[in-house]
Amino acid sequence: MTTEPDSPADAGTRGTGSQTTPAATEPSVPAQPTAEKPDEVSTDVTPGEAVSEAVSESEAVSETAAASDSTASSDRTAASVSAAVRESVPVSETKGDLTPREISPEPGAKPKIGLADTLFKNLTRTAGIGLLVLIGLIALFLVLRAWDALSANEGNFFTTETWGANDTPPVFGVAALLFGTLLSAVIALAIAIPVAVGIALFITIYAPRRMASALGYVVDLLAAVPSVIYGLWGLLVLAPHFNGTQMWLNDYFGWIPLFDVGEGSVGRSVFLASVVLAIMVLPIIAALSREVFLQVPITHREAALALGATRWEMIRTAVIPYGKPGVISASMLGLGRAMGETIAVALVLPSTFNISWNILKPAGNTIAANVANGFGEANDIGRGALIASGLVLFVVTMVVNMIARAVIARRREFSGRAA
Amino acid sequence: MATRIEISGLTAYYGKFKAVADVNLTIEPKSVTAFIGPSGCGKSTVLRTLNRMHEVLPGARVEGKVLLDGEDLYGPGVDPVNVRRNVGMVFQRPNPFPTMSIYENVIAGLKLNGVRKKSLLDERVEESLKGANLWDEVKDRLNRPGAGLSGGQQQRLCIARAIAVEPQVLLMDEPCSALDPISTLAIEDLIQKLRSSYTIVIVTHNMQQASRVSETTAFFSLEKTGDPGRLVEYSTTSQIFSNPKEKRTEDYISGRFG
Ligand SMILES: Nc1ncnc2c1ncn2[C@@H]1O[C@H](COP(=O)(O)OP(=O)(O)OP(=O)(O)O)[C@@H](O)[C@H]1O
Ligand SMILES: [Mg+2]
Repeated sequence: MTTEPDSPADAGTRGTGSQTTPAATEPSVPAQPTAEKPDEVSTDVTPGEAVSEAVSESEAVSETAAASDSTASSDRTAASVSAAVRESVPVSETKGDLTPREISPEPGAKPKIGLADTLFKNLTRTAGIGLLVLIGLIALFLVLRAWDALSANEGNFFTTETWGANDTPPVFGVAALLFGTLLSAVIALAIAIPVAVGIALFITIYAPRRMASALGYVVDLLAAVPSVIYGLWGLLVLAPHFNGTQMWLNDYFGWIPLFDVGEGSVGRSVFLASVVLAIMVLPIIAALSREVFLQVPITHREAALALGATRWEMIRTAVIPYGKPGVISASMLGLGRAMGETIAVALVLPSTFNISWNILKPAGNTIAANVANGFGEANDIGRGALIASGLVLFVVTMVVNMIARAVIARRREFSGRAA
Repeated sequence: MATRIEISGLTAYYGKFKAVADVNLTIEPKSVTAFIGPSGCGKSTVLRTLNRMHEVLPGARVEGKVLLDGEDLYGPGVDPVNVRRNVGMVFQRPNPFPTMSIYENVIAGLKLNGVRKKSLLDERVEESLKGANLWDEVKDRLNRPGAGLSGGQQQRLCIARAIAVEPQVLLMDEPCSALDPISTLAIEDLIQKLRSSYTIVIVTHNMQQASRVSETTAFFSLEKTGDPGRLVEYSTTSQIFSNPKEKRTEDYISGRFG
């Protein structure tokens, strides 16, 4: 295929394009003497031509195919389209067998692709609709079960603290459970996020390369440990040694109501559960944050350094702002996991039903742990009640996620990804 | 404010690889010096040794001396952070901080220096943006994201960001190679304007640009791939382009001009 010389205007617009295309250093193209800036033209036109030729040849000169190459950068796409348009006439003359119209009569590639396309489309559509219907049915079933229990409830589902769903008459409410769920998850995140972000920053920026990859591997591995292990560890290993720490907190930080035990004693507390949860979600948040920080373009980091930033200042000006939406998403994932965590919390907490801001006393329960503890012995109403509490957890998780999304979206144009 | 740069016996490594060897040259204050030469000959490397950005890469190190008004950048006890506050840099690809507004981008360096006073910051933003020939285009949208500007505007924003801290030297690594001809002209005009207050070193692949903006030119080259790059000829720009002493300089320049 012969390469027509570009008009200067054409070359100019393409000269502004990105140089990320392959084969940027192809030597065979001669420098263009008339162009104003020989270096740019010779490096940029080559890949543009290469791409457009490849597109127009392999896709049988269909304009739509070239135009639908939406992953290419816009200027490259424009180049491909214009090239395809420009070259469509000579190609159809010299290589007539390449045009779609002449391929269609014979049992070539084109009709087969069409069949596979239709098949795939119908298959995915059926699967998608089927899945939606299935989810809808499950939701309907759960809501109906919950409804039965809720209409039998003699207490107020949202304000009652006790859980007497198996009694006659049943009196139960999610107040204490929801409170315990939110409190333990929030404390867990308050512990986990700073540590996880610190670990991620250390791995991406401070650690020597070999150590960084080893640490990254360990973090990924920890994220995959099943939660029952964390629960057992919390119950058998951490709990016996944790009272000292809790007493210390009470002694020195007792002026904060959270840590004031008063006349009572410390024990298997919400705080202990939170620490176990924190350790559990920490690798998840750290692993995701590490990915995000790794994606901060080196040019931004160098821009900060070149302004005279220290490493920490570079992190503050370039790395953390860029990674913030990712860290928020990672934290939401961690929060979801902490709120939904069943077995680890069920093992650690003593399952009491009261709302107390005091996190060091042996007390507390969460929605998920209550389901795990109570489902076996529950009667019909009891199960319905547990399902209802599960739906509350679902709604809360969803609301939290929506808030997080809104927070991220609010600063979208400043995220570095919108433009 | 402008500063003389004396480079002597400068050799730069990437790990074991010797990228440039034994560079000696003196750059006069308030002048524009162009670094030209074939790809891979070490122009960027030398440029980055002038504000100690070379050593940011793992394994990269430097031998030799770079004197800024007589003081060795690589002397014992010299903090690279201080060096970089005095020697500003503009990169090949415009790299405004995407999470910051235009205003915040310009003051990023000032903030690092601990300037907090709003009135002073406002003043410097206007000054720097005017200095970078960008003020009129952005004065109504200083709180919009810096990444929302055109490529040429972004590059001028980066120049504004670099000159906001009033460095003594301004380094530019192919500042126009990602830009269209109009934006390129805007940047070249800007360089003409900045030459009265800064010592400027610019890497460029564009001969005409070198001859338009610089008064001295350094030509770097290398024998063959794998060899370190060397300074071949350093002279006034008119001499390099009209009457080069070295055959290699002549070949390079004439080869490009056709
Ligand atoms: N980060 C790096 N790690 C290892 N080697 C490098 C690195 N950067 C550059 N080099 C090598 O150092 C040599 C000089 O590179 P440098 O980037 O300074 O060349 P240049 O003259 O700026 O080229 P260009 O005109 O293409 O920008 C080259 O051989 C290059 O491969
Ligand atoms: Mg370079």
